[in-house]
Amino acid sequence: MSSVQQPTVPKVATPPQAGAPVAPATDLDRRARWAWFAALAVLVAAPFVGLYPVFMMKALCFAIFACAFNLLLGFTGLLSFGHAAYLGAAAYATGWLVRSAGWPPELGVLAGTAVAGATGLAVGLLAIRRQGIYFAMITLALAQMVYFVCLQAPFTGGEDGLQGVPRGKLFGLIDLSNDVAMYFVVLAVFVAVFAFIIRIVHSPYGQVLKAIRENEPRAISLGYDVDRYKLLAFVLSTALAGLAGSLKTLVLGFATLSDAHWSLSGEVVLMTLLGGMGTFAGPVIGAFTIIGLQNYLADRVGSWVTVIIGAIFVVCVIAFRRGFVGELVAWQQRRRQGGD
Amino acid sequence: MDIFGIPIQAFLGQLLLGLVNGSFYAMLSLGLAVIFGLLGIVNFAHGALYMIGAYVAYLGLETFGINYWFALVLAPLVVGALGVVVERTLLKRLYKLDPLYGLLLTFGLALIAEGIFRDQFGVSGQQYPVPEALQGATNLGFMVLPNYRGWVIIASLAVCLATWFLIERTRLGAYLRAGTENPALVQSFGVNVPLMVMLTYAAGAGLAALAGVLAAPVIQITPLMGSNLIIIVFAVVVIGGMGSILGSILTGLALGLVEGLTKVFYPEASNIVVFVIMAIVLMFRPAGLFGKEK
Repeated sequence: MSSVQQPTVPKVATPPQAGAPVAPATDLDRRARWAWFAALAVLVAAPFVGLYPVFMMKALCFAIFACAFNLLLGFTGLLSFGHAAYLGAAAYATGWLVRSAGWPPELGVLAGTAVAGATGLAVGLLAIRRQGIYFAMITLALAQMVYFVCLQAPFTGGEDGLQGVPRGKLFGLIDLSNDVAMYFVVLAVFVAVFAFIIRIVHSPYGQVLKAIRENEPRAISLGYDVDRYKLLAFVLSTALAGLAGSLKTLVLGFATLSDAHWSLSGEVVLMTLLGGMGTFAGPVIGAFTIIGLQNYLADRVGSWVTVIIGAIFVVCVIAFRRGFVGELVAWQQRRRQGGD
Repeated sequence: MDIFGIPIQAFLGQLLLGLVNGSFYAMLSLGLAVIFGLLGIVNFAHGALYMIGAYVAYLGLETFGINYWFALVLAPLVVGALGVVVERTLLKRLYKLDPLYGLLLTFGLALIAEGIFRDQFGVSGQQYPVPEALQGATNLGFMVLPNYRGWVIIASLAVCLATWFLIERTRLGAYLRAGTENPALVQSFGVNVPLMVMLTYAAGAGLAALAGVLAAPVIQITPLMGSNLIIIVFAVVVIGGMGSILGSILTGLALGLVEGLTKVFYPEASNIVVFVIMAIVLMFRPAGLFGKEK
């Protein structure tokens, strides 16, 4: 049997391009800008209006995770099916350094991010040797290897994970055990990551990534060293995923095996798909939706959470491939075309 | 008699266990390869189908008193029928899309199946008794062979070789291979390609279920047994390359053996040895051992 794909199969169903210049629609841009400000205002006000801060922090961490993942899937067209490995590796690294080695939180987070980026570099070097579906399988298999290392290594606490990681004092000044202080640190990191990703995507480098997503052979024939671009995107994405994991360890005070488990790798795909891959806001909305849903369902339906997550997956793939934001953008474009 | 300080009985026992695991890898990666070839879908739900196969055998015995031999036939039929439903209602909507969507959809299906079974049976395992005719062990002179394990290896090898024969040496298999290369052309020759695609998925699903029944008496039946296995099988598929049937079978068996050997000499690494081998193969032969370079 041949593994060669039939040439009749069309390439990726292109995700809607939020970053691409659509039409000179200043009206739309202005409205989008208001939406950004409104969302930021809500996030800043959140701890003062009764939203449970630990939940908000957890959701923000996963939003960072999903945005990092989206940089790879949405803007470069690479499906990594093992992104939990980087979140998990960073979570354990930060947890161990802060708890057992007594590092201050800011260094712990930096080190965790670096560990995730280094893991990502090692995996990326291997995985970019294959394309498409094989890339997904390789990243999944290597992530499973990281999972087993987390399970068996002498300093990870095995099945229990690392418990009781202290939050410490940021730069020796700000006491993070205060939830509101911790919340604003997480929010600041989130905003920085979000802005960083927008900056990358709009940069010449980001344009090359999109060219690779749209047509890799063409990007190669234009003279781009595609593998290097892909590898850098992979390392950036994994390092940011690690940043999310490190913050999460500080917020919740523990790192466990579920941080590195393949089901989390699947969840981040779902967050991105549900919110809208290839859009900036999509992964954030997706992350809040999924984390909120899990939080709400956890003590109500037991194992059915998995079933519900799986069902959302199926519905998204069959009927909702553009996600919330993608559908919104498409709807607005349709309306504008109708109005002209 | 010892080999590198390890009693030969223990050594051969682990090798045998490795071979048993290897035959499951072989059967599953075979089904994955055939499904991928014709449908262009990497079937993440393959592990779930294997798990459901084992549970069909277990429930059949517990609830209806259906014995092992009958379960060997029943489970593939039940799971194959399930495969038909999945293909007709869901998968057929994806054939014009990027293969990644197929992976995501079947991942969702695997989660659904796992969740339902976990709700019913919890995470602790169920035991399935070894059928009476295969209980006991045979002394081969150099080692004692538990009959059931011998049976698993022989049965799954026979199934694998029969599949190979069907695909490579029969007219039906020729249609199948032609359909993999160019479905539109095969259709224009009057072959009912959608039907063939449906039956292929059903057959792959049935093969996974058969592996599940064979595995039932040698492992703990748990809702998670499928997803743990499928990731290893993915690595097997990457190592072997999905290009060749015999390649899939050989790679599966060989990796099972290597895993068994690792259990003897360095048990801590036995969980990851397949992934390490995958990394090494990717470095030197990215298309896989039996894969063709693009």
